[in-house]
Amino acid sequence: MDKITQAEKKAAKIAKRAARTRGQKWTRRGFITASVIGGGALLIGVAIRPGDRTDELAKLAATGDESLLTAWVKLSPDNTVTAIIPHGEMGQGVHTALSAMLAEEMEADWAAMDIMEAPAEKAYANYVLGREFMVNKDKLPGFVLGTLNGAFLGITKAMNLQITGGSTSVRFTGVGAMLTAGAAAKELLLKAAAKTWDVPVSSLRAQKSYIYHDESGKTAPFADFAQLAATFKPSLTPKLKARKDYTLMGTSLPRVDIPQKVDGTAMFGLDAHIEGMKYATVKAAPVHGQSVASMDASVAKAMVGVQGIYNMGDYVAVVADGYWQAQRALEAVEVTFTQSAESQLNQAGVFAQYAKAFENAKRKDIHKEGNVSQTMKRADRTHEAEYNVPFLAHACMEPMNATAWVKDGTCELWTGTQNPLGTRAEAAKILGLKLEDVTLHTAFMGGGFGRRAVPDYALQAVKISEKTGMPIKLIWSREETTQQDHYRPAVTNRLRAAIDSDGMPSAWDSLFVHKMDPPEASRVPYNIPNQNIEYVESPLHLRFGPWRSVDHTQHGFFIESFIDELAHKAGQDPYQYRRKLLAGKPRFLAVLDAAAKLGNWETPLPEGQARGISIVESFMTIAAQVVTVDVNGDMPRAVHVACAADAGMAVNPDGFKAQMESGIIYGLTAALYGDISLEDGAVMQSNFHDYDMVRMDNAPDIDVVILQSDARLGGAGEPGTPPIAPAFANAIFAATGRRIRSLPIGDMSGVNVG
Amino acid sequence: MVQLRINGHIKTVDIDPETPLLWAIREQLGLTGTKFGCGISLCGACTVHVDGQATRSCVTPIGDVDGQDVTTIEGIAGADGTLHAVQAAWIKHQVPQCGYCQSGQIMSAVALLSENPNPSDNEIESFMAGNICRCGMYSRIKAAIKTAAKAA
Ligand code: FES
Ligand code: FES
Repeated sequence: MDKITQAEKKAAKIAKRAARTRGQKWTRRGFITASVIGGGALLIGVAIRPGDRTDELAKLAATGDESLLTAWVKLSPDNTVTAIIPHGEMGQGVHTALSAMLAEEMEADWAAMDIMEAPAEKAYANYVLGREFMVNKDKLPGFVLGTLNGAFLGITKAMNLQITGGSTSVRFTGVGAMLTAGAAAKELLLKAAAKTWDVPVSSLRAQKSYIYHDESGKTAPFADFAQLAATFKPSLTPKLKARKDYTLMGTSLPRVDIPQKVDGTAMFGLDAHIEGMKYATVKAAPVHGQSVASMDASVAKAMVGVQGIYNMGDYVAVVADGYWQAQRALEAVEVTFTQSAESQLNQAGVFAQYAKAFENAKRKDIHKEGNVSQTMKRADRTHEAEYNVPFLAHACMEPMNATAWVKDGTCELWTGTQNPLGTRAEAAKILGLKLEDVTLHTAFMGGGFGRRAVPDYALQAVKISEKTGMPIKLIWSREETTQQDHYRPAVTNRLRAAIDSDGMPSAWDSLFVHKMDPPEASRVPYNIPNQNIEYVESPLHLRFGPWRSVDHTQHGFFIESFIDELAHKAGQDPYQYRRKLLAGKPRFLAVLDAAAKLGNWETPLPEGQARGISIVESFMTIAAQVVTVDVNGDMPRAVHVACAADAGMAVNPDGFKAQMESGIIYGLTAALYGDISLEDGAVMQSNFHDYDMVRMDNAPDIDVVILQSDARLGGAGEPGTPPIAPAFANAIFAATGRRIRSLPIGDMSGVNVG
Repeated sequence: MVQLRINGHIKTVDIDPETPLLWAIREQLGLTGTKFGCGISLCGACTVHVDGQATRSCVTPIGDVDGQDVTTIEGIAGADGTLHAVQAAWIKHQVPQCGYCQSGQIMSAVALLSENPNPSDNEIESFMAGNICRCGMYSRIKAAIKTAAKAA
């Protein structure tokens, strides 16, 4: 499979040339392999590997003939097709969507298809994702940075991608590999059938895992041709179907993971079981970066069921016969942690530090266009405002946990992770083992949202197992899960606009502190001729990480609120004002119009109710929302949310709708309640009483309309989140005249006067 | 020693009677469908039935259920494996996302419908408000409860 054919050489050359003309160093060569494996199954893999050996990045990325495979399909002798998928399931229906993409092109019988999550092997690294990064660093999805705690992104680490997040599964793996793998498999099978039956390929058709020769009435299952198919060289670029010919994609297939989630059999990380395992729980330094100063475990040690208590450097671990015993003992351990300047920092200090950074820190450009300062000077009017959002925790429903057994120079690990390969690689590293000696069994995730891209909890389980020699199930309490998160940063954004005589913005000036990813998050979709978007850095000891939709969540709020302010200043309807600024952007206009229609924008509402609107593009999906709010009670209440979205195409429309509903509630929780704040350098909040969630009694009714366009596939898991906070806040403004410039909104008394 | 009937089977558990029922169910009885979310009765993930009543097992000492009937998510389908009407409605409406909260949601919904076979929207909302779904599937949960109510 590693012989380079003429066709491949040619393709590599073409790719190289194309890359050079784009001014990029990276090239790739895709190739497809077919082989027969044990038991007579046909295995087809789509691989993409570096094509230019002189390229530094390429050399680091893969050595020798190493290939980085992104998708596999297996055809078994009983005619079952198995999709092997390199992404974890955290509820976004990725297993269903990706297998449907494969079945679509392969013409496999989706109903009889098996789905397997790829093990954390390098072969399954999400190379398409990696390549996006190589080609253009700016394209690197934000969650990757979080994996590395915002540190420098080493290229080797980038190659350890097998990450579910950044709404990438369907966009990158699906488009980049599943479709191709399916089409390649079908081509080979048709070719084999043509040879077997001695008929032209063009006279054959594939349908539901069978091949038909209509003229003669011959028909046979795919599996009959597997052996022969494997002897052919797959074409490098199998022909893909046109979108209009799809029969599976674009239909609401029932999700394959759902039945086991209604009868209690779904295995989450928390449900892992090893005979004889002990339970561990931990308390880490509440001020991130500090370590254990002293520990007195004499009382705790004597408690029933306690196996051991350990000072692990920056955390204390208790191992016991059961979780509850471990937790009770942990409470009885007297522990102090080291102190530093950060141990004095309070939430007000964080924002004061940001204000200082605005004055002193070096400004970095995100986008410059036209001449902002001159336009500001000459403008009749300008308008400015400062917006703030707090830190946010992910609050995954399933507290962080992992089960590990380190013994005889090997490690077995069970956990739910958005980053299996990274988790495995880090585990090998801290144990000083080879990658092969670490086995990772992935489980369902009780929520990921970016949190489970960071493997800290799994590494603790590994360390505790290594130290004790016991199989260990580590479970974090809810309190630990809340206080040892990798948070969405608190962000301040100063916005200023020049306003022309028609009330439209002629210049846009934005300066903010804390940038993660993606860089385009702070860009405005509107046609404004002069723009200046910059940020400064203001490092904190608190750990940051990717949080559902990453930087879009705050910038969606800032931009869409400030535009609303400008519309109000201009005395214009905020929906029509946006329409004007989106002239020449038909996808945006269609989405905005659809949301306005679905939300009955023009229809009058009863006293104390009003609507707000917003539109945000994130991860290549455009989503607009119209929120109807009721301010008659103590708490502002979102009564109804109308959401329109264009993701190019929704692979599974019902699944896509569910993702929008989910993103909306997630963002609404943040808008209403989400507030992680520091006191003496530590996170104050601990459980759902002080970090509350939207519940059924304050959840809005949600309607979603999906628009189709011919744009590339966009994400689904995240784009529902950014528009909700601004649409909600804009509705409160419409109802009360009070502009919300900092989140969370809380009760009506907390609404800032603007 | 605590004796209880779990999903119809009588079991004896040798454990500190202070131990929350949740951990006894998961660790001693090996039934992992019941989940841990908060540990202090704020999220509903650990909901089971004790003598038919929806109960947060994370704050219920196992000693308190001595001699009682406990039902978990594993015990609500028929003996022949037929799904409970609530479970079937959950599939019909494709309710679960990550699925982690859903055992608790289903156990609460079953308890609600056995108490009140035809609940209004308001009654559903207030009964279910103790069950957090971080994935925000509230519209679907509500719709599925109504479907199940009709089916019963
Ligand atoms: S775990 Fe029992 S209510 Fe949350
Ligand atoms: S389905 Fe994920 S928390 Fe409810």
